[in-house]
Amino acid sequence: MHSSGKTLNGSEIFIECLRRENVDYIFGYPGGSLLKVYETLYDVHDIQHILVRHEQGATHMAEGYARATGKPGVVLVTSGPGATNTVTGIANAYMDSSPMVVFTGQVPSSLIGNDAFQEADIVGITRPITKHNFLVKDVKELAATISKAFYLATTGRPGPVLVDMPKDILNASCNFEWPETVEIRGFKPTIKCHINQVEKAAQKIAASKRPLLYIGGGVISAEASQELQKLAIQLNIPVTMTLQGLGAFPGNHPLSMGMLGMHGTYWANQAVNRCDLLIAVGARFDDRVTGKVETFAPQAYKIHNDIDPTNVDKNVKVDLPVVGDAKNFLAGLFEVMPKTTENRDPWLAEINAWRQQCPLSYSNEDNALRTEFVIEEVSKQTKGNAVVVTDVGQHQMWTSQFYTFINPRSIITSGGLGTMGYGLPAAIGAAFGIKDRPVVLFCGDGGFMMNIQELVTAVHHKIPIKIFLINNSFLGMVRQWQELFHKEKYSFTDLGDSNPDFVKVAEAFGCRALKADNPDSAKAAIEEALAWNDGPILVDFRVVKKDMVFPMVPAGGSISDMLLARLNPKTMV
Amino acid sequence: MKHLISVLVENKFGSLNRVAAMFSARGFNLESISIGETEDAEISRMTIVTRGEDQIISQVLKQLNRLVDTIKVIDLTRQPHVERELLLMTLKLTKTQQHEIFELINVFKGKVVDIKQKSITIEVIGSPDKINTTIDIFRPYGIKELARSGAVAIHRGE
Repeated sequence: MHSSGKTLNGSEIFIECLRRENVDYIFGYPGGSLLKVYETLYDVHDIQHILVRHEQGATHMAEGYARATGKPGVVLVTSGPGATNTVTGIANAYMDSSPMVVFTGQVPSSLIGNDAFQEADIVGITRPITKHNFLVKDVKELAATISKAFYLATTGRPGPVLVDMPKDILNASCNFEWPETVEIRGFKPTIKCHINQVEKAAQKIAASKRPLLYIGGGVISAEASQELQKLAIQLNIPVTMTLQGLGAFPGNHPLSMGMLGMHGTYWANQAVNRCDLLIAVGARFDDRVTGKVETFAPQAYKIHNDIDPTNVDKNVKVDLPVVGDAKNFLAGLFEVMPKTTENRDPWLAEINAWRQQCPLSYSNEDNALRTEFVIEEVSKQTKGNAVVVTDVGQHQMWTSQFYTFINPRSIITSGGLGTMGYGLPAAIGAAFGIKDRPVVLFCGDGGFMMNIQELVTAVHHKIPIKIFLINNSFLGMVRQWQELFHKEKYSFTDLGDSNPDFVKVAEAFGCRALKADNPDSAKAAIEEALAWNDGPILVDFRVVKKDMVFPMVPAGGSISDMLLARLNPKTMV
Repeated sequence: MKHLISVLVENKFGSLNRVAAMFSARGFNLESISIGETEDAEISRMTIVTRGEDQIISQVLKQLNRLVDTIKVIDLTRQPHVERELLLMTLKLTKTQQHEIFELINVFKGKVVDIKQKSITIEVIGSPDKINTTIDIFRPYGIKELARSGAVAIHRGE
């Protein structure tokens, strides 16, 4: 223990701990149980507090910041409703393994359990959606608890950690002691992969005629893109990525096959079906990836590297598990790889034939404005260099298909939980973290309304995010399922009559706004938005109402059930 | 198949809840769970009885290990171990059956812990199988109330 010999109150200890953790930003909202902390914050200038307009916004901002920078996002909210409003954002960070520390105020210790004003058992509520959580019972434990919280959030598989701080603890004083090291006996993640397993994997890879790398967000968390590229390119192995894995391998490289799964590319899914070796790295065989597990990669010997042993054999039984960090695995593989490997040219030719057979495409005959065009145009104009944030739905899947991701940490999206309303605050958070690349948001008209209040936060801080509103006046993805699987009963998904004029709304918030309803005006609006850096700008793209995302493997289906186009939805491949 | 899992956890509030909630959140079967302090006051031992196929049990063990308050997880099922459960049971007491009841208590190496005019409370300690048999045998005599501790278990010594 390092002792500074200073006596501080709980609120001062809290701030001092954030300094020790190199926190730049707190995304927060004040309230009764946090008055002491906010009194302290008033005179703090080296950590910036960003006032959100709803606590859910704070959690998504913190996550956007975390995913863009790799540093943990920090949230500060009051007890009761402040705390319960963070639940969706915490669950989102948990599902997508984002490092985040959420600090909640709590009623005074003596009142806990008494149904006090603004009391909620947030530790109980968030137990299943945090990596771990703490209720601080003594001011002497506050510093050690905060240091553990940051350690847990960022070590091994990242995730959200919550620290509940009763009001009396924040007022009480003690000698400030900052623990220089953290020791948690029940938490010892395996970082280094077992060498025998890595050697076996290398031999399998060398001997495979039709290998396929299946890359997830774990490769990005582990900062292992360089290792991945070296391995894939030198050994000539094609790469498919999950939604969270996009950008781990450059999308413009011939070995990149884009995304796999429900809305993955035809050729990636065919390759999964045909490969004789599947090398899963930092991916968790999610149901949106596998479809029917019994028919997933049926011919493949499966290697699975993951830092979280619970992911191994959870959904799909694998042949060779390798628990450990993705960077360690990929670098280790390269070191022990046999000198001669199989020739993969016939395999790559097979994949290219699928690519020619069913490329990603969209109609542009009628000069109508389509989401695919908007995304492709943004991809061209930003040269794949933007940090792209999405909301949830059709535009999210089209982003995976039509934006060419070149670099890691370039897509920030709610993958696991599928949280509508995530995009706007996440984009703001990302823009606080990344200043040297444009931050663009693709967001549907449904999801935009779910956290629209955060537009004020962006305007107030002059955050130059480009809000590309994909406005089809429908809850498009639900509409798509209704059309395909629910007798075309468009039950409560048509927002056409009730949507506001988003340009006027944005302007009322003080945000610049444009409208585009054809490809030419869209192209011009994108140029204008990318050139504007004096605060946020919104473009209301009035896109066609009834487009659908294809290809599509229906939920629980096999690759053979893949739908390729609407015109003949019964077409089986 | 049935598995007997011993879990050492931090003796902190909420540890039991974390384990029990994990079982319900992930849809794992939980037949019994018992918890108590160990030789180290900072550590509690949980004994869990669960059922499932190997793949499920492997997930149960990994998910238990993943909890931050968990220090050690041991599947005792296929290792030498001692497993005991405590049964407390109150039976109706009638003059005609009194003799038989006392004989049976001896058979099961039970103890009388309380006796009244019309009822008798006994304790029996044994494996969960023995406790099941005890209950079956005593049922015809009229069980007024019973309580089981759930299994506790430990490795056999060297």
